Amino acid sequence: MGLAERHKKLERNITLLAVGTFITVAIGGIVEIAPLFWIDNTIEEVEGMRPYTPLEQAGRDIYVREGCYSCHSQMVRPFRDEVERYGHYSLAAESMYDHPFQWGSKRTGPDLARVGGRYSDEWHVQHLQDPQSVVPESIMPQYGFLSETNLEIGDPSAQLTALRRVGVPYSDEDIEQAMADLILQADPDAEGDVEDFLQRYPKAQVRDFDGDPDRITEMDALVAYLQMLGTLVDFDSAAAQEELAQEKGR
Amino acid sequence: MANKGTQKRVDEPTGTEFVGHEWDGIEELDTPMPRWWVWTFYLTIIFSVGYVIAYPAWPMFERATEGVLGWSSRGQLAEEIDAADQARVSVREALARVPIERLPDDSALMQQAVAGGAAAFRVNCVQCHGSGAAGSQELGYPNLNDDAWLWGGDLRAIEYTLVHGIRQVGDDETRTSLMPPFAGVFESAQMDALVSHVLSLSGKGQTNPVGAQIYSDNCAACHGPSGEGDRELGAPRLNDAIWLRGSSREAITRQILNPRMGMMPKWEGRLDPVTIKMLAAYVHSLGGGEDFVEVAEDPEVEVDEQT
Repeated sequence: MGLAERHKKLERNITLLAVGTFITVAIGGIVEIAPLFWIDNTIEEVEGMRPYTPLEQAGRDIYVREGCYSCHSQMVRPFRDEVERYGHYSLAAESMYDHPFQWGSKRTGPDLARVGGRYSDEWHVQHLQDPQSVVPESIMPQYGFLSETNLEIGDPSAQLTALRRVGVPYSDEDIEQAMADLILQADPDAEGDVEDFLQRYPKAQVRDFDGDPDRITEMDALVAYLQMLGTLVDFDSAAAQEELAQEKGR
Repeated sequence: MANKGTQKRVDEPTGTEFVGHEWDGIEELDTPMPRWWVWTFYLTIIFSVGYVIAYPAWPMFERATEGVLGWSSRGQLAEEIDAADQARVSVREALARVPIERLPDDSALMQQAVAGGAAAFRVNCVQCHGSGAAGSQELGYPNLNDDAWLWGGDLRAIEYTLVHGIRQVGDDETRTSLMPPFAGVFESAQMDALVSHVLSLSGKGQTNPVGAQIYSDNCAACHGPSGEGDRELGAPRLNDAIWLRGSSREAITRQILNPRMGMMPKWEGRLDPVTIKMLAAYVHSLGGGEDFVEVAEDPEVEVDEQT
């Protein structure tokens, strides 16, 4: 019986075919997917990365809730046109605390991976309330209601605990202080130890973000999130540049 | 459906074997794949062998195989950016060398700087200042086409603003000032009088003694006795027709009671020094650029540096 004849047997037996297909796909999966869990490229650590502060995390949740990812990617690809427009290309490690990541696959609007610090808080608020007032040709919808909606999150500690269970290294203190931290970051008059907060969340920006210091709104959270995007890793250091350029196998 | 097993039958008209499937007398022929298709398929397999050897492919224990060409997407990017930089190197080197206030002396270089600045402006600045650099008279983004400057309009002042930003948190040399809020300081009649006086500075209203008095007590220190502003403090000029936060009575009242202070990010670190120079040249060229006035302590030294 030739090879073709034996293959015919496989083709005509549905159970055998299913088992054969499973084995083939499994081999492909092991070769393609499994190494991602151990090769250096995908689990590289980068200096400067830290988990999101409770306020930034709340802003991120709003970002996801409003479906910002449908039009905005957060992934600067290593091409000259993108790097010159958006800044340094994204590293895998920059999404290491994202659950889920917001790379996105469609750019109706610009990429936001490095939007932090690019505009003033006031611009962000104006732009979210009425995008066309600052960018006339924009087709982005208006999100003015964010300024009018108080930020309500049931229990930020529980949120951080859930994230810790999937691998985000929040300390016990972070979790215990979550609510206080959240208020501290958005309200300049709040009582609390800013030094300690910045110790635990380096490079966090502490101020009133939405121009209304009297209360904490969803706008505060979203702008806080946008203003930190892509600001944590210092790409300008010579060592970082050297290391990245010499990397192989990618 | 009948399975005829291993027994082979050939379809007479075409000379092709039957597969052995039959539905109501209609039988399936075992027509082979076209040769060209089969050979293309084999060629792709051969190509993939070469590709795997030449390019990064198989994930191993620590990293993927590198491929004999040593290609990487990041390496390619570095090369492309290098090549682009090389292409502009003469202009960029010349720009890096020349102090910005000397730029207008070399009109060809100035022209190239303005062109480069125009491109960088469209990427980085239009979101606030608008694609025509006209800013907004309501939202607090200055118009860059006119000759009203908050912090100075010569090349060096513009470059400084670009490098350090305005009210940029974390930059010690940023341009900064703060107008105090006057909420609760004046009664509403006084407020009315003050707003009228502010409008009168630009000929839009009637002045009055009460407003003028309040103005000279509270506002003149920064905005000047006749509203000429102060660039040291970034205090806007009030005696012209150019407004940052609106010219209506309501807008002026709001701005006096609870001033909103504009903020511009610093571009040092985000853009390289030459691009910043180009942007300064472009903004300067828009119409309101002012000449740089030399205030060097020892002019001879300055002249020496130039040569």
